[in-house]
Amino acid sequence: MLFLQQLINGLTSGSLYALIAVGYTVVYGIVQLINFAHGEVFMIGAFGSLAVWTIFFQGQTSILILIPMLLGAVAASVGVAVLMERFAYRPLRHAPRLAPLITAIGVSVSLQEIVRLFYPGAKSPLPYPQIDYVSGTALQLGDITLRRSAIFTVGALVVSAVFLWWFINRTKLGRGMQAVSQDPDTARLMGINVDRVIVVAFALGALLAGIAGVAQGLQTNSISQIMGFTAGLKAFTAAVLGGIGNVAGAVVGGLVLGVAESLATQFIPGAFGGTPWKDVWAFVLLIVVLVFRPQGLLGARVVDRA
Amino acid sequence: MTAMLEVTDLQVAYGKIEAVKKITFSVDEGQVVTLIGTNGAGKTTTLRTISGLLRPTGGSIRFQGKPIQTTPAHEIVSLGIAHSPEGRRIFPRLTVEENLLLGSFSRKDTANIKGDLQAAYDLFPILRERAKQPAGTFSGGEQQMLAMGRAMMCRPKLLMLDEPSMGLSPLMMKRIMSTVRTLREQGTTILLVEQNAQAALRLADKGYVLEVGSIVLQGTGQELLASDDVRKAYLGED
Ligand SMILES: Nc1ncnc2c1ncn2[C@@H]1O[C@H](COP(=O)(O)OP(=O)(O)OP(=O)(O)O)[C@@H](O)[C@H]1O
Ligand SMILES: [Mg+2]
Repeated sequence: MLFLQQLINGLTSGSLYALIAVGYTVVYGIVQLINFAHGEVFMIGAFGSLAVWTIFFQGQTSILILIPMLLGAVAASVGVAVLMERFAYRPLRHAPRLAPLITAIGVSVSLQEIVRLFYPGAKSPLPYPQIDYVSGTALQLGDITLRRSAIFTVGALVVSAVFLWWFINRTKLGRGMQAVSQDPDTARLMGINVDRVIVVAFALGALLAGIAGVAQGLQTNSISQIMGFTAGLKAFTAAVLGGIGNVAGAVVGGLVLGVAESLATQFIPGAFGGTPWKDVWAFVLLIVVLVFRPQGLLGARVVDRA
Repeated sequence: MTAMLEVTDLQVAYGKIEAVKKITFSVDEGQVVTLIGTNGAGKTTTLRTISGLLRPTGGSIRFQGKPIQTTPAHEIVSLGIAHSPEGRRIFPRLTVEENLLLGSFSRKDTANIKGDLQAAYDLFPILRERAKQPAGTFSGGEQQMLAMGRAMMCRPKLLMLDEPSMGLSPLMMKRIMSTVRTLREQGTTILLVEQNAQAALRLADKGYVLEVGSIVLQGTGQELLASDDVRKAYLGED
């Protein structure tokens, strides 16, 4: 029973990691850049959805509001991601690799501070609204609780994964993305505008991160400007675990990480068990995988079919 | 009549290394023109500059009268210049068909693409048989056919081929060269870079010999084939 509960918890947090991890992996697959500000893209998504609720639907709980909230989240995330690509990373496209990495950290800190200083009330964590059908408990069977936000999160991952698969493998632009990740110069010879493909990669990752922002709000009922830090770090770990650059790997890596840390918390006895050790076990898993399978679980690759 | 492609005093450098030093040549519509020369002469550099992957440090490139030396690579394709690069550079993890379709990426006339895919398959039937196979599993010769088929998928006015015969068996080389001839007969203008000077000059209307970044000799295919300098340096005769 306990095992089942931890499995549910693990899949829930794992789905959240996976939704964010896709953003690291897609961007890496196209430009070999680790966008360490991607956690903030997720955070901005949560605030975008909260802003829509606060401005237009304050006090309401109808499930229909979820749609404009998701749109607000995605608009905020995609907007910020596209702007950071254009103004922070693109000028550094041909700079040494350390430059965009340091820039990413700068962007990350700036976004946190901008939200803290300018989002009304964000100096302390803000309550996230309860929405019908996606907040609260869905099912209670003895000791086992299945929360509606968990179903929402896993469902969001499933829908996103199907969408991504379709986009990458079945659309012209998706095929163009695969071409750029395999051989950018030759992709240009095909008439592919590499700059545009890079923007699309950032936008695609931000789309999923925005949805994840809503999922996180529903799960924890509160959001803050620092929420992107741990989630981003975990999602990055998941992306590396699954094989950086590999989209299917990011999904698998997220789920494996979520389940592993949740089971470790419950079943590792004594001083090394329990919640305080959760993050430790997550990174131990990463180290073990990198030692024995440096390319990650599904193999480091570019944006590609599984 | 002005030439389809006019390259004038073209200079290209990698940092301080001047790879192409003020070369001038032209390709007329319907012609096969070849650039020959030994390793490091600057042939690939020239083609990559024409297709916009490299920026010249001097000189001009005109295609159908319009200067294109500052046009981005992805727009040059839509003007009608296809470049089948050195080493084939097919997309290994995409299928044969996906590779071919990428060749038509820049086209707006989507209705005709299906038909051109069939035309590419007719040109190289092996591609049709292996349409769903990842291109990375192909042999060198098959990859070359794919690279040429892919280049044809943009309906080029000018097709640039960089060493299509590199690393191929004599039989496969013949096959590729006869395809070049077929494409010319179908009306494609071709700029052919080759180390295999003999084969290239035999089918070329015009040839240029490149040596360490400069054109040292030019003439019709026949003239160059007959030239003593060319025979000594490139055809291995003394
Ligand atoms: N990326 C690069 N960076 C620096 N130098 C380069 C680069 N590419 C080519 N070169 C130099 O430029 C010169 C011309 O090279 P290029 O590849 O154009 O020759 P090529 O005629 O195509 O030779 P090959 O027949 O071997 O393909 C050579 O001296 C080469 O070393
Ligand atoms: Mg070359």
